[in-house]
Amino acid sequence: MTSLPHPPDQQAGRQGGLPDAEVTLDAAAMSTREINRSLQALPYGRAVVVNPAGRHNLAVGLDAPVRVEIDGPAGFYPGGLGKKARITVNGPAGCGVAENLMSGNVHVRGSAGQSVAASARGGVVVVDGGCSSRAGISLKGATLAIGGDAGAYCGVLAQSGVILIGGDAGPCLGDSLYEAVVYVGGKITGLGTDAAIEEITEHDVTFVKVLAEGCGFDHVSPADITKVVSTRRLYHLHSHDHGTY
Amino acid sequence: MSHTFSPRVIAEIQERARLGGCEVRGGGARRAVPGFDDLLILPAGLSPAPLEGYRERCETRTVLGTRYAEEPVVLDIPVTIAGMSFGALSAGAKEALGRAATLAGTSATTGDGGMAPQERDAAKTLVYQCLPSRYGFDPDHLRSADAVEIVLGQGATPGGGSMLLGQKITTPVAFMRDLPEGMDQRSASRHPDWTGPDGLRIKIEELREVTSWRIPVYVKIGAARVASDVQHAVEAGADVIVVDGMQGGTGAAQDVFIEHTGIPTLAATRLAADTLRRLSAEGEVQLVVSGGIRSGADVAKALALGADAVSVGVAALVALGCNSSSDDTGADVSLGYRALGTVPGSCTACHTGGCPVGIATQDDMLADRLDPDFGAERVANYLRALAVETAMLARACGKSSVHQLDTGDLVALTVEAAAMARVPLAGTSWIPGVTV
Repeated sequence: MTSLPHPPDQQAGRQGGLPDAEVTLDAAAMSTREINRSLQALPYGRAVVVNPAGRHNLAVGLDAPVRVEIDGPAGFYPGGLGKKARITVNGPAGCGVAENLMSGNVHVRGSAGQSVAASARGGVVVVDGGCSSRAGISLKGATLAIGGDAGAYCGVLAQSGVILIGGDAGPCLGDSLYEAVVYVGGKITGLGTDAAIEEITEHDVTFVKVLAEGCGFDHVSPADITKVVSTRRLYHLHSHDHGTY
Repeated sequence: MSHTFSPRVIAEIQERARLGGCEVRGGGARRAVPGFDDLLILPAGLSPAPLEGYRERCETRTVLGTRYAEEPVVLDIPVTIAGMSFGALSAGAKEALGRAATLAGTSATTGDGGMAPQERDAAKTLVYQCLPSRYGFDPDHLRSADAVEIVLGQGATPGGGSMLLGQKITTPVAFMRDLPEGMDQRSASRHPDWTGPDGLRIKIEELREVTSWRIPVYVKIGAARVASDVQHAVEAGADVIVVDGMQGGTGAAQDVFIEHTGIPTLAATRLAADTLRRLSAEGEVQLVVSGGIRSGADVAKALALGADAVSVGVAALVALGCNSSSDDTGADVSLGYRALGTVPGSCTACHTGGCPVGIATQDDMLADRLDPDFGAERVANYLRALAVETAMLARACGKSSVHQLDTGDLVALTVEAAAMARVPLAGTSWIPGVTV
């Protein structure tokens, strides 16, 4: 597909604008490729993507300290494979929000689909609402904060990093967890294989307090948080553990 | 003696009783399955006439990823090096494979552990794998790659993730994968952020967006449900399909997986090629096959069945020094094999990390036994030999390019191979299931 020429006000990053300069990209008139090309060219500054209408792959692969606002619902992978950028979705988002995030911040001002922050290696992912299943799957160092409830298998295979669930956690929380830590503000439906509740310390309370305040999660009471970690019993192959899975 | 309970079967049962679990090992399937040895090439005679074997030009240049990528991968030969991880292999082995690929004018491929810096430096053309585990996956590495390969499965373990046992999860490997040192790593068998063909389509678009649609996107399939998987991958937008047959090797997997899952490379190649043809995608989407490729004859037969290129894994390691009785210092390392309960020529103990020739190990002292310079020369020589043999056979068939080989240049020695490859049984015009 041949790309449409960019209107002057959409030539993001090519004008060397001031940090506060803001460009508007209209998803109703631009292809995903045109939008991302414009965003990826921004060295700094702000951009707003209007009329996203659940478009997949918006603001992926960014590598600069830019602020991007997706003004409406986003589809799969908003902010995926990104570094340094601060991305806000003003609405719900689909599967794989901020997957493999390296650094920066992705904030969904709504609910999110499956596999939020999948394999994210750094940065902070905030979801104001609830998340579907497998939030934080294979997490590799990032911080995931969920204001609402989390679906089944939250934290499955999470290797490192932190997950905060402000609401309730669904079945099989922390299944096959490695070294990541999961904090839950509400009820836990059930723990997954190799996950266990651990007594919280002062450090945990302080950590959750700072994180919840930073995310604007006023409903989270740090002193009443439940901490879930790995028992590490299944780190090695033993046939006798077969029935555990 | 019972065929059902042969001495080997009895020994395997006794081993399971001792371990209480399944055998884990390296290498590929040991059982005999229909393969490229069951096909023969039909050289030219009166008409068409052959080309001069050593004088007339026969093109081996191979281009992969012409469908959507702005910069397709251009190779001098139709033989690439398959994905193998830093972790399963030593850093020196990965470096040697990268250098060998550069020397031979082809590509190397990363593996389930991310992109090692020495590998990127060594390989002029490097394919970056995107695996279910996503260990060490990095957008900078993705942008530095010459192609990205989304791995759905591998021939040795279709439907199952790979393994890396604790003895190989040393500090650098653990760091790259963000795992605790010494744990038994069992990689995921599904990608974390998508499932199904529709998800694959969106994932491919994401990887293209991150790389500005510059590099090709390969999709690698462990050969099992080949026709439907190839169709889904083509419809999802893949530039290149990689099909890995059941003879494909692994650094560590359960023996029951290696021996009993998937279909032979021979059958998978024809199935994949036929599917591309049925979808009118032949020539638009390239096909790479792997799994037990050893010689130029194997390469020529795979190309004749419809592949655009092949990948070698185990064979490249053997060229590097795997199963050799001496290391690069010239020392006899037979005792090292004996310590693993095996002998040179029969070793599949990659999973132990005790590789006597320094290839499948993370032990620094063992790794020092491999000289990456010498190793790279050997592997490059091997790759060149494959290209020479392939071109020799193509010339004999009267073809001025190895890519002109086709199924008309093949016959089968067995009914099974004839049925799988859909070529005539030698000396007949009978193709089982096709002609009567």
